[in-house]
Amino acid sequence: MAEALFRRVAIAGNPNTGKSTIFNALTGLRQKVGNYPGVTVEKKTGRFFGSHGEAMELIDLPGSYSLQVRSPDEAVARDLLLGRVAGEPRPDVIITVVDASNLDRHLYIVAQMLELGIPVVVALNMVDVAEARGLTIDLLELKERLGVPVIPMVASNATGIIELKQAVSRTPLPKPERRAQFPIVFETEIAHLARLTAAPAESSRMEAMLYLSLDEQGLREANLSPTLYAAVLAGQTRLRGAGIDPISAPVDARYDWVATICSAVVHRRGEDNEGLTISDRLDMILTHKVWGWVAFVAMMSLMFFCIFTVASYPMDWIDAGVSALKNWTADQIPAGNFQSLLVDGVLSGVGGVVVFLPQILILFFFLGILEDSGYMARAAFIMDRLMSRVGLHGKSFVPMLSSFACAIPGVMATRTIENRKDRLVTILVAPLMSCSARLPVYIVMIAVMLPAAGALQRAGIMLCMYALGLIAAFVMAWVFKKTLLKSETPMLLLELPPYRAPIIRGIAQRMWERATIFLRRAGTVILALSIVLWALLTYPKPENPEATKSEALAHSIGGRMGHAIEPVIAPLGFDWKIGIGIVASFAAREVFVGTMGQIYNIEEADEENEGLREQMRAEKRPDGSPLFTPLVCLSLMVFYVLAMQCVSTVAIVRRETGGWTWPLFQIAYMTALAYLGSLIVYQGGKLLGFQ
Amino acid sequence: MDDSVSLASLSPGQKGKITALDLPGAQKGRVMEMGLTAGTTIEVIKVAPMGDPVQYKVRGGHISLRKAEAALIQVQLLT
Ligand SMILES: Nc1nc2c(ncn2[C@@H]2O[C@H](COP(=O)(O)OP(=O)(O)OP(=O)(O)O)[C@@H](O)[C@H]2O)c(=O)[nH]1
Ligand SMILES: [Mg+2]
Repeated sequence: MAEALFRRVAIAGNPNTGKSTIFNALTGLRQKVGNYPGVTVEKKTGRFFGSHGEAMELIDLPGSYSLQVRSPDEAVARDLLLGRVAGEPRPDVIITVVDASNLDRHLYIVAQMLELGIPVVVALNMVDVAEARGLTIDLLELKERLGVPVIPMVASNATGIIELKQAVSRTPLPKPERRAQFPIVFETEIAHLARLTAAPAESSRMEAMLYLSLDEQGLREANLSPTLYAAVLAGQTRLRGAGIDPISAPVDARYDWVATICSAVVHRRGEDNEGLTISDRLDMILTHKVWGWVAFVAMMSLMFFCIFTVASYPMDWIDAGVSALKNWTADQIPAGNFQSLLVDGVLSGVGGVVVFLPQILILFFFLGILEDSGYMARAAFIMDRLMSRVGLHGKSFVPMLSSFACAIPGVMATRTIENRKDRLVTILVAPLMSCSARLPVYIVMIAVMLPAAGALQRAGIMLCMYALGLIAAFVMAWVFKKTLLKSETPMLLLELPPYRAPIIRGIAQRMWERATIFLRRAGTVILALSIVLWALLTYPKPENPEATKSEALAHSIGGRMGHAIEPVIAPLGFDWKIGIGIVASFAAREVFVGTMGQIYNIEEADEENEGLREQMRAEKRPDGSPLFTPLVCLSLMVFYVLAMQCVSTVAIVRRETGGWTWPLFQIAYMTALAYLGSLIVYQGGKLLGFQ
Repeated sequence: MDDSVSLASLSPGQKGKITALDLPGAQKGRVMEMGLTAGTTIEVIKVAPMGDPVQYKVRGGHISLRKAEAALIQVQLLT
C-alpha cells in the first residue's frame, strides 16, 4: 500500500458509454459490462500503469447524466468528483467518456466536467458506431473547441487504449480553460455564493452552481446551513427578478455551447439516414403489442426447456462423479463417524448442490444475452404501464429482472431509482423473484412431482413458479405503496440504447465468474452448513445400538427440531423431515436439496444407492400413504418461491437500507407470505379433492 | 405561441419543436438535461404496447416519457 501513486484518475460520463469497458481494458479487471444504463452502481477502483510505468489509481464511476443528481448511483459520481467524500480528495484527472455516435447529447456532461477545474481527457468512444451511422468527427476541431485532449476509441476491442494511457500520463496536465458561458448575472450569483459554501475552494464554484439550480424540495433535502440556505433562496429570487430561470439557464447555456461545437465538428455523410436500422426492426417485434409478449414468454420457455434438456447431460456426469467419489471414500475409510461425516455430510451436502452448476450456467447465459443485447431497457419500457399501476416505474423492473439471477445484484441495481421510497419498495419485493438458488429446489421437486413428465411440461411448471414470484412481487409492491411507503408514482425518463449483438466472450466470462462464485459458495457456506447439519442429524446417537436409521434420525438434535416444528408446518402438508430441510435452508435455500440428500442418505445408507428423487418418491407417512404427493410438492415449491431464505441478501439489504429495520421486516413478511401461500395451496387443493 | 400543441398529442412519425416545458422544478431540470430544451426537435417513434410510455427521438438518442409528463411539454408541430 505504501507505493506512491502518480495520479488518481476517475472515469465519468453518461450511462452506457463504455466506461467500465475502458476500466477493464486499462486495469485488466473484470467489472460488469452490459448494454443498458445503470450497470455500474458503485465506485470501483483498480490500478494501471502509465506510459512510463507510473502506478495510477483508476476509479470506475456509475454513469450520470448530470452532476445535478437524481438517484443514489449518480450521487456516488458527484460526491467523488466534488471531493465530498471525507478522506478522499478529488481525482487528478477525469476521463470523460462520450458516445461518438451521439455527441449532441453526450457533450453536455463534458461541459459540466470542464467547469470542475480538474484536468479532463475526453475518451471519444464507440467511433465504430458513429462510422456505421455515416458520421465523421473532425477531431482537430473538437480538440480545439474543447481545449482538452480527445482520444478516439473503440473500447470493446481495445482500440485507443494506449493513446488514452499516454494522454493521462502526460505532465503537466493543464486545467481546462474553455467552458459554456452563463449569463453574467448568473456568474455573479455563483461567485457570490461560492464564497459562502464550506466546500474547498476548487469545488466551491460547482457546488454554488448546483445549489442555485435546485428546486425547493431539493434545496430542503440538501441539508444546507441556515445562512447558506437563505443565501441560495435570495440568489434565486434575484435571478428570477432579472428574468433568468435558475433551473433552465445553465442547461440552456450548456446545450447552446454543445450545439455550436457539434455543428462545427460532426459531419454527416449523405442524408440523415432515415431508413430503419436493424435495431429499429428488432424493436418493432420485441416491443410489439402481441409479438413482444410472445417473444418474452418464448424466450423464458426456451431457457427453462434448455435447463431441463441440455443441462441434464453434464448434470449426470457430475452426479456420477460425486457418487464415484462417495463410493471411493467409503472404501478407503473404515466405517464410523469420520466416514459418515465425509460421505453423508460433506459429499452428500456439497455434491447435492454442485450438480446444479450446469443449470445455473444456462440461466446466466440467457440473462447475459438479455443484458448485453439492450433488451433490459426495453423490458422497462414495456413494463412501465403495469409498474405504474402498482405505483412504481419501469426502471424498477430492471432490478427485478436482475434478481432472476440473484437478489444481491438486484438489490444493488435499485440504486438507479430516484425516489427513496420507491427504491425501498423495490428492494422489499426483489427477493420474491425466483433466483438461481431456487432452481435446484424447483428441479428436484418437479422431478419428484411428475416422474413421467416430459421436458416441456416441466418447463411449463417452472414458468408458473417464476410467474408466481413475479405476481407476488407486483401485489406486494402495490400493498407497500398503498400503506407503508406512500408516495406519488414517479416520473419516468428512460434512455433506450440501440440493440447490439451480445459479445459472447463477455457472456462466457461472466458465466465463468458465476461458476467460480457458485463453487466457492459450495466450498465454504454450503460446506460449513453441511457439516453442521450432519452433526445435528447424527448426534446425539441413540442409546440403543439396535435402533434403525429412522429412529436414530428422530433421536438427533436435528430430528427433534423437525419434530418440534412439525405441528406448525403440518397444515402445509409437510412432515418433520421436510421441516428439517426448511429450517436448514433459512441460511441458503439451495441447502434444501443437500439436506434432503443427507436425511435420506443417512436413512438408507445400507440399501442400494438409488437416486434422491426415487428415495423421496418412495417416502411414506406413518399411515403408509406417500409423503411427496403432487400437492405436497407444489405446496413446498410455493413456499420456496415466497420465502426469504438467504443470509447474503439480508446482509446486502441491511447495508443498502442502512439498518436492521427493513431486512427484519422483509424476513417477517416473506415468511408469512410463504406460509400463507403454502397453506392455501395445500388446504385448498385438498378441499378440491387433489392429493 | 398559438400554434403550439402538447407533445402528448403527437402521433408516431410526427415531429415538433419544443417551445415550453411546464413541468415542476426538478423534473423540468432533468428533462432538459436529457436534451429536451426549448428549440429542440423531437420526434415520436412509438407507443409502448400498453399505451404508455412513448418513445421519442431527441438529439440523436432515444428516450421514453409517459404521456402525463409529455402533456406538460409544448411543441410547435413541424411538417
Ligand atoms: N460498438 C461498441 N460497443 C461498445 C464500445 N465500448 C463499449 N461498448 C458496449 O457498450 C455497452 C456499455 O458498456 P459499459 O462499459 O457497461 O458502459 P458503462 O459506461 O460502464 O455503463 P454504466 O455502468 O451503465 O454507466 C456494452 O454492451 C459494451 O459492450 C465500443 O467502442 N463500440
Ligand atoms: Mg459501468
